[in-house]
Amino acid sequence: MRRTKTLEIWVGLFVAMGFAALLMLAMRVSNITSYIDNEGYEISAAFENIGGLTVRAPVRVAGVRIGRVSDIRFDEDTFQAIVTMHIEARYDRLPLDTSASILTDGLLGENYVGLEPGGEEEYLKDGDRIEITQSALVLEKLIGQFLFSRSQGSDK
Amino acid sequence: MIDTLQQLGAWALQRLERVGRSHLFILRVVVGLPELLARPGLVVQQIFAIGVLSLPIILVAGLFVGMVLALQLYNTMVNFGAEQSLGPVVALSLVRELGPVVTALLFAGRAGSALAAEIGLMKATEQLSSMEMMAVDPLRRIIAPRLAGGILAMPLLAAMFSAIGISGGFVVATGLLGVDSNAYWSQMQANVDLFDDVMNGVIKSVVFGMVVTWIAVFEGFDAIPTSEGVARATTRTVVNSSLAVLGLDFILTALMFGDNG
Repeated sequence: MRRTKTLEIWVGLFVAMGFAALLMLAMRVSNITSYIDNEGYEISAAFENIGGLTVRAPVRVAGVRIGRVSDIRFDEDTFQAIVTMHIEARYDRLPLDTSASILTDGLLGENYVGLEPGGEEEYLKDGDRIEITQSALVLEKLIGQFLFSRSQGSDK
Repeated sequence: MIDTLQQLGAWALQRLERVGRSHLFILRVVVGLPELLARPGLVVQQIFAIGVLSLPIILVAGLFVGMVLALQLYNTMVNFGAEQSLGPVVALSLVRELGPVVTALLFAGRAGSALAAEIGLMKATEQLSSMEMMAVDPLRRIIAPRLAGGILAMPLLAAMFSAIGISGGFVVATGLLGVDSNAYWSQMQANVDLFDDVMNGVIKSVVFGMVVTWIAVFEGFDAIPTSEGVARATTRTVVNSSLAVLGLDFILTALMFGDNG
C-alpha cells in the first residue's frame, strides 16, 4: 500500500511537471497572448503593394508593437491589397489622419506595418479605414528606378 | 534460380505476415483500451515505469541539446547580426523537431527496450499463457495499460524536453553570450505559433509515443520464447522504432509544415 502511494505521488509529480512544461511552451514561448486578446478593435488600410507582409506581422507605432495584422485580402475593384489590423484595446487613441506604411525590420528582417499618428482630434474606431498609406519598398523596383535614372543621366 | 526466387517470396510473405499480425494485435489492444478507465491504477503504474523513470535522461538530454543549440547557432548568426533571432530559432527547432524526435529516440532506447524485454520474458517464462489459462486476457491486462502509459507519457516527456531545452538555451544565450534576455523571449513569442508549432509538436510526440510503444509491446509479445529470442526482440524494438520515428517525422513534417515552409 505504501509503495503504491509513493508511486502515485511520483506519477502525479510527473504529470504536473509535464503540464507545467506544456503551459510554459504555450504562455512563455508561443503567441497565445495574441489569441487570448480578443478585446481591441480592427482597422484597415489599402496598399498598392504589401511586399512580403504576412498575417500576424506586427503593427507598430514609434517602434512599439500595438497590434498585429489579422487579415490580408485583394480588392478586385481597386486592385489594392486590403490589410486588416487588430489593435489592442488599450491603444485606442490613434488620430483619424494616422498614416500607415509597410516597413522592414532591419535589412533582412520581417515586414511590419508602421503607423504614424497625425494631428486630428478624432480617434480611429473599429472598422475605420486608414486613408494615407505608403506601399512596401520593393527592392527590384528601386534598382530598376536607379538604373533608369543612371542611364538617363549618362545620355545628357 | 527458382530456389532463390522462392526464398525471396517466402521472406517477403513472412515480413508481410508479421506486419499484418502487428496490426491485428494493435487492433485488439485498442479495443481493450476503454476498459482501462475502470482500472486506472494499472496505467498509473505504467506511467511510472515508462515516464517517471525516463525523466532523468530526458531532462539532462534536453538541457544540453538546448544549450548546445544556442551556442552553435549564435556563432553563425552573429555574423549576420541576427543574434536577436536566437530565441525563435532555438524554440522552433526544439518545439517542432528536436523535442518530439530526440525524446522519441531516447524513449525507444530507455522505455521501449525495457517493455519489449519485460513482455518477452513474461512470454518466455509462460506467465502470459498461464494468464490465459486463468481466463485473463494478457492483451487487456498487460499490453493495453502499457500502450496507454506510453501514449500519455510521451507528449509530457517531449514537452519537458522542449521546455528545459529552451531554458538551457536561455541561460547560455543571456549568461554566456550576452544576448538581451527580453529580446530572447519577445522574439520567440512573436515567431512561435501556438497551433502551428507547439500543437503540431505535441501531435508529433503523441504519434511517436504510440508507434514506439506499439513496436515495443508487439516485438515483446511476438518474441521467440527463449533468452536469445528476447534479446533479438529488444534489439529489433530499438532499431525499428528509431527508424519508424525518423521516417514518420519526415512524413508528419511534410504534412504539417510543407505548405508554408
